[in-house]
Amino acid sequence: MSAATDTLRTPAPAGAFGRSVRDSLVVAKRNLIRMVRIPEVVIFGLIQPIMFVVLFSYVFGGSMNIGGTTSPSVYREFLMAGIFAQTVTFATAGAGAGIAEDMHKGLIDRFRSLPMARGAVLTGRTLADLVQTALTLVILAVVALLVGWRTHTNVGEVLAAFGLLLLSGYAFTWIGALIGLSVRTPEAATSGGLVWLFPVTFISNAFVDSSRMTPWLRHIAEWNPFSATVQACRQLFGNPGVSTSEAWPMQHPVWASLIYSILIVLIFRTLAVRKYRSATA
Amino acid sequence: MPGAIYAEGLVKTFGDVRALDGVDLDVPQGTVLGLLGPNGAGKTTTVRCLTTLLRPDSGTAVVAGLDVLRQPDAVRRSIGLSGQFAAVDEYLTGRENLQMVGQLYQMSARAARARAGELLEQFHLTEAADRPAKTYSGGMRRRLDLAAALVVSPPVMFMDEPTTGLDPRNRQQLWDVIKQLVSDGTTLLLTTQYLEEADHLAHEIAVVDHGRVIAKGTSDQLKARTGGERVELVVHERDRIQDASGVLRGFGKGEVTVEEHTRKLTVPVTGGAKLLAEVIRELDARGVEIDDIGLRRPTLDDVFLSLTGHVAEATDEDNGQKAGRAAQDRRRRKETTK
Repeated sequence: MSAATDTLRTPAPAGAFGRSVRDSLVVAKRNLIRMVRIPEVVIFGLIQPIMFVVLFSYVFGGSMNIGGTTSPSVYREFLMAGIFAQTVTFATAGAGAGIAEDMHKGLIDRFRSLPMARGAVLTGRTLADLVQTALTLVILAVVALLVGWRTHTNVGEVLAAFGLLLLSGYAFTWIGALIGLSVRTPEAATSGGLVWLFPVTFISNAFVDSSRMTPWLRHIAEWNPFSATVQACRQLFGNPGVSTSEAWPMQHPVWASLIYSILIVLIFRTLAVRKYRSATA
Repeated sequence: MPGAIYAEGLVKTFGDVRALDGVDLDVPQGTVLGLLGPNGAGKTTTVRCLTTLLRPDSGTAVVAGLDVLRQPDAVRRSIGLSGQFAAVDEYLTGRENLQMVGQLYQMSARAARARAGELLEQFHLTEAADRPAKTYSGGMRRRLDLAAALVVSPPVMFMDEPTTGLDPRNRQQLWDVIKQLVSDGTTLLLTTQYLEEADHLAHEIAVVDHGRVIAKGTSDQLKARTGGERVELVVHERDRIQDASGVLRGFGKGEVTVEEHTRKLTVPVTGGAKLLAEVIRELDARGVEIDDIGLRRPTLDDVFLSLTGHVAEATDEDNGQKAGRAAQDRRRRKETTK
């Protein structure tokens, strides 16, 4: 072909880790371009949590007892940590559907036939989802401020809470990646990616005071990794309704949330990358 | 010395299904092997095993001198794969697609950009280069997919049914591209369901069925085994069948078969179009009126029928697609009969 070919063949100098980072960023860029070209996805991803904010705070607010009061404004502040946490977990479905679609269209085959880092297709996808999650959180926070949500701590603690939310969302996208690689169609990945999130996010302290649940349900709620993130955010935001339960994750929610998220990443990344290596469309 | 693509005893089972049942291949460098067979024969599975996408249960595979099972990453650097689907991201532009693939082949961003530009020009996609691939026609997408497989000008290429679903003009264009590639020294393994395609492009053809290579040879050799050409005609009036049969007997190289109810007569021949013209003149001289006449060349179905005793069968999920192709084949056959 051209004279350039020889120099093109020479791989860019990079070790295994360097290659992995570089390939992941190339794939992340691809997914971000898609996001910009299909803004519907981001927009619909926003409508749902905003609807939840409005519905929960106006429909449930006033009948929910939080820390001994049923004041709607207290519930609104209580609710927001739950909605934030729920929103970041819902990114799971997007990651799953995207990867399932790539399988379906033969793109995963193409990637797997290239001399690229093995985990990069999935890491790239989860990184792009992280960007989308961050964007969603910013807009959601603005909406929350408009309906009366306030934080009562310093900037550092508020940012730490958002950091935990992002990490938790990132962890959940790895679960989505595994689901996407395991199902046959993008449609199945969307519904399969959402269905289990309802019990996970509802059997928790996100929308109600979990101490009022029947004991067995309360135990599940208190040890639910999702609850740890919600509790940590409430604490860091200085919002009402922080659980006083003796359960370890409720006592040390920041640590619990961190540990849970890291564990989820480690476990599901390993499983997903293994699945990817043998993936067949 | 083994060829650029070499496989011995490849076996792959999926549950109870033995998708590959000991596939042997040897493709000398710079040549084209056409892997011919019906849906479900094991063509795609063979390609997937050779391109590191699937690990065979047993067997040996060597591509570009590299062991596929032991050095998969090195193999990936030396091959280009164009699969059954045009595997391009439809929301990325043609340029972005090629650039991404280049970078994932470990080129620098700058080199990948330069190479993308070259390929877009070579594949006549420059005008559409900055439009999302979603807006491309089927033929353009195929070309983009092929371009993506050629980003590093790999010494060994695999194409899985590259022209399936393309109209004749686009098919011809893609054939030209493939021929150019091979004349530049690339070794190519190509799967196809069309004998015609294998005929056009392949130096050697391997016929696959039930996960095995059941016949190998040049297209002429295979056709000879299949029984070569036949003249097929339909007489206008039933009571002239005897006369027509007499004429055919004089030109044929074997038994004349007659289907009374369709008034169709068939006879094996050698001599091609020239002979066909003679047959027509003779029928005319005897005043036998005909509705249709043609020179019928062996098709994939004929090759299969003679090699395996059964017609090329489609798997259930491919039936719709297969029916569409059968219709295309019929149309094409008609064209050759005219």
